[in-house]
Amino acid sequence: MYWLFNSSIGRKFIMSISGIFLLLFLLFHMSMNLTLLLPDDGKVYDMICEFLGANWYAVAGTLVLAAGVVVHIVYATMLTLQNRKARGSDKYLSSNRTETEWSAKNMYVLGLIIVLGLVIHLWNFWYKMQFAELIGCPDAVTGGSGLVKELFSSPCYAIVYLIWLGAIWFHLTHGVWSAFQTLGLSGKIWYPRLKMISNIVSTLIVVGFAAIPVYFMAVHLLCGNN
Amino acid sequence: MIKLDAKIPKGLLAEKWTNYKDHQKLVNPANKRRLDIIVVGTGLAGGSAAASLGELGFNVLNFCIQDSPRRAHSIAAQGGINAAKNYQNDGDSIYRLFYDTIKGGDYRAREANVHRLSEVSVNIIDQCVAQGVPFAREYGGLLDNRSFGGAQVSRTFYAKGQTGQQLLLGAYSALSRQIHKGSVKMFVRYEMLDLVVIDGRARGIIARNLVTGEIERFAAHAVVIATGGYGNAYFLSTNAMNSNGSAAAQVYRKGALFANPAFAQIHPTCIPVHGEFQSKLTLMSESLRNDGRIWVPKKIEDAVAIREGKLKPTEIAEENRDYYLERRYPAFGNLVPRDVASRAAKERCDAGFGIAPSGLAVYLDFSDAINRLGMKTVEARYGNLFQMYEKITDQNPYETPMMIYPAIHYTMGGVWVDYELMTTIPGCFAIGEANFSDHGANRLGASALMQGLADGYFVLPYTIQNYLADQISVPRFSTDLPEFEETEKAVKARINKLMNIKGNRSVDSFHKALGSIMWDYVGMARTKESLKTALEKIKELKKEFWTNVRIPGEVGSLNTELEKALRVADFFDIGYLIALDGLNRNESCGGHFREEYQTPEGEALRDDIRYSYAACWQYTGEEKDPELVKEPLEYEFVVRQQRNYKS
Amino acid sequence: MEKIINITLKVWRQKGPKEKGGFETHKLEGISGDTSFLEMLDILNEKLVNEGKEPVAFDNDCREGICGMCSLYINGHPHGPDNLITTCQLHMRHFKDGDTITVEPWRSAAFPVIRDLMVDRYAFDKIIQAGGYVSVNTGGIPDANAIPIPKPVADEAMDAASCIGCGACVAACKNGSAMLFVSAKVSQLALLPQGKPEAKQRAKAMVLKMDELGFGNCTNTRACELECPKGVSISNIARLNREFLVAKFSD
Repeated sequence: MYWLFNSSIGRKFIMSISGIFLLLFLLFHMSMNLTLLLPDDGKVYDMICEFLGANWYAVAGTLVLAAGVVVHIVYATMLTLQNRKARGSDKYLSSNRTETEWSAKNMYVLGLIIVLGLVIHLWNFWYKMQFAELIGCPDAVTGGSGLVKELFSSPCYAIVYLIWLGAIWFHLTHGVWSAFQTLGLSGKIWYPRLKMISNIVSTLIVVGFAAIPVYFMAVHLLCGNN
Repeated sequence: MIKLDAKIPKGLLAEKWTNYKDHQKLVNPANKRRLDIIVVGTGLAGGSAAASLGELGFNVLNFCIQDSPRRAHSIAAQGGINAAKNYQNDGDSIYRLFYDTIKGGDYRAREANVHRLSEVSVNIIDQCVAQGVPFAREYGGLLDNRSFGGAQVSRTFYAKGQTGQQLLLGAYSALSRQIHKGSVKMFVRYEMLDLVVIDGRARGIIARNLVTGEIERFAAHAVVIATGGYGNAYFLSTNAMNSNGSAAAQVYRKGALFANPAFAQIHPTCIPVHGEFQSKLTLMSESLRNDGRIWVPKKIEDAVAIREGKLKPTEIAEENRDYYLERRYPAFGNLVPRDVASRAAKERCDAGFGIAPSGLAVYLDFSDAINRLGMKTVEARYGNLFQMYEKITDQNPYETPMMIYPAIHYTMGGVWVDYELMTTIPGCFAIGEANFSDHGANRLGASALMQGLADGYFVLPYTIQNYLADQISVPRFSTDLPEFEETEKAVKARINKLMNIKGNRSVDSFHKALGSIMWDYVGMARTKESLKTALEKIKELKKEFWTNVRIPGEVGSLNTELEKALRVADFFDIGYLIALDGLNRNESCGGHFREEYQTPEGEALRDDIRYSYAACWQYTGEEKDPELVKEPLEYEFVVRQQRNYKS
Repeated sequence: MEKIINITLKVWRQKGPKEKGGFETHKLEGISGDTSFLEMLDILNEKLVNEGKEPVAFDNDCREGICGMCSLYINGHPHGPDNLITTCQLHMRHFKDGDTITVEPWRSAAFPVIRDLMVDRYAFDKIIQAGGYVSVNTGGIPDANAIPIPKPVADEAMDAASCIGCGACVAACKNGSAMLFVSAKVSQLALLPQGKPEAKQRAKAMVLKMDELGFGNCTNTRACELECPKGVSISNIARLNREFLVAKFSD
């Protein structure tokens, strides 16, 4: 299995598998988030939060997820460095005017923005919930709905999250079909289909996520501080 | 004077090649490893030969002028490759392909060679398919064929409009496999500058590393020249920019004979010249004549108005168009052989009916085909060619007729070789377009690819062993031998002489001037006077070249101007030979048309009694005219006839 | 009717692979729109030679778009601002009077500059040598029609095989990846029954060689496909990935 690490396609294979794994997590996370929109004052959501909590399966899941993120980032960095080297030291004076998709050429930058957003996100939620519970902090929050409401009552945070989601959307529109292409699961017929699926899935995920900050910000702005 | 022996095997025509193979000498595997062969050129002939010789176990050194063997100009052949497979059940056979080729060549080729070519043509297709060449196929999964000029059967195999490319890439892949194995050593960006002869045998070459400018020596037991034709002597041709006749000229100066130089093929469907800075002419496939109709205006005033841009071709009524090929050759119409179609176009333009600002073009019109077959079918058949035409001329051939004019395309003449493809210098072989052997005075469409691959895959790997079998005890040569020393010294002296002229004219300006002499006086229609004028003018220009050419840059580094200068210097000699041969041949046949020798209807008039021979020229010195040596062409099996395309 | 333009050229000049290069500016006047881009460079070179200067070195050969030798990066595009053509098929009518045209060599670590606009693309040949063939010797071959090949398969193999090995894909790729080139050959031979017996070995060997020669990793930007003069599709890259992964997993 050494080829996975020392061949270009092997490395790309790792990128696609980790990417698809993260995509599945996003789908799960988004579905869970949507329960916040149920008219039950966040009960279902909090129930899921408590069910996960700092139980062994949630911790294990978190570790696997973290590993996925790390692998994805480490390989992205490695590939980017190799690619810069392959490009050579002389740059084109007339730049590169091939009309490719913007996101395709800026995956690494988009990734960096996403990581930045992730840090904020972890600070906002995970640190106060699972992490706090793990270290046995008495202030640990077990049901997250309150945190969500509180956070997005600040339009600043809501907007930061929306920008973050924008970056995720661009990253996913390229990433999803690209992963299938790398796995060899594309072709003349499937390429346009995968592109379409890619756009639909990315939009679904991003709209699903965005609904939360938008909803709570709207509630806050329209209905005051309740 | 040298006595020519073509070494044609005895026996019936169909048995000669089998007999030869049955009785030739072979080299055993252990000895093959000890024998070195230099192959110059990596096109269909050179590439396939180097690969096949490598497979057999010889130690091959292969030289390529471009940056990769895949660039050789065989790649540009569009139409297809002939083979007597008879897959279409339309009555094709080895004999019929042989006969068509002999007749198409106006009875100036060797019967035995052409028959061998037809025999191995079937193996070529098998070989290429096995290599993964994606030939066009029918829906049933079997190979498709199309028809080409000069044949009544469909025997042309093709891969889109890129047959040459696919065949070359097939040979290139076989070659790459041998390079990987180590049996072929590849030298890219190298150009052969001279042949080294030791004790009368070819034993190596002097070559220039085009990147470093260094002159290097290479020794071998045999040298194979596979460097293509000399059409670029005309400057404007369908050849590639790097195509040259230098290797042929070098072996000619070393004693090999140069046969039938006057037989140069002019292809009727090329995009016309547009300006003085034009560097090459682009061919539009012969297949276009299947559905396109060729015409010029009937009234001279219409032609003038078109030339001045006052009238469009689409505005000329049907009755005012002169479909001159259909008028002159009712039976074959637009599908007459290349030489006939080219001359007819020239005749109309000379009479003042030419179109385009230069007056040197005729129309190739698809409006009838579009009306008859529909836009879709025409697009499916010729789409890529139409697109290519539009990219070059900025005109849409679906809406306005194409403009075409003949251009130099292929040279049937070349280094004289015997049946074994060996030149008159023992150990020096010539294959593909570089030799003269198979096409006589005119080559049929889709036969060049066939000959290149036949020579490289199936003929040379046998015949060269008959020579090498005697060489097994000859040890590898040292390149320090005095012969190498001397040859290298002469090469360097020639280069230094050129560099030290430091004159006022660029190499290209000389090449263009030579080209226009060749086209104007040794072109499609030649006369005794025009050829004499050409000889004088070439001499003068050559003299000016050697006193007034300007080559910037250094000897010892990459210098494209020096490369070109060396080639142009050889083109003077070749151009001179073409004119001289044309002057000697007082008849019209195939690509060689002497205005004095034509039928009352303006067709080529052959003289089988006096000129049924290959005219071979022997070098006698720098300032002297070469001597003519004749190889009589005996026709044992075919009865010669006047070619008739009228009825 | 005929378009005549004046242009300014910014041309990359570099003595050798190790030497430092730089741009040189030249003005050319009265260039006809029907002139091809390489003929325009011929005009420049004729001018330079007449001034006693060294001409600009650039690779070119067939000048009809099939040999793949020409390799100029013009105004931000390999083979210039027109689709499905090589540099030699680009005509000056695509430029406006007064335009400044920047001409650069292919830039990729695997394609070192030899001189001016000439680069060394022998890396491509090395990849083919690693396995871009069917291992058959000359002779002893079954009849060409012995194995029927469905027309769509043959056509798709032909589309892949139309690659001319010019290197525009590498020049256009921000990663300097040669995947389109490699995949075109792997695809052609993987599609045809003749190439199937050693398909796995071929994919592995060619990818290994490609990586070894310092080409980058494909990130599916599609720049290669968009700039390919022969329109070779990235569906070939997907096929190469498939062939390679299947080969490796079945080891």
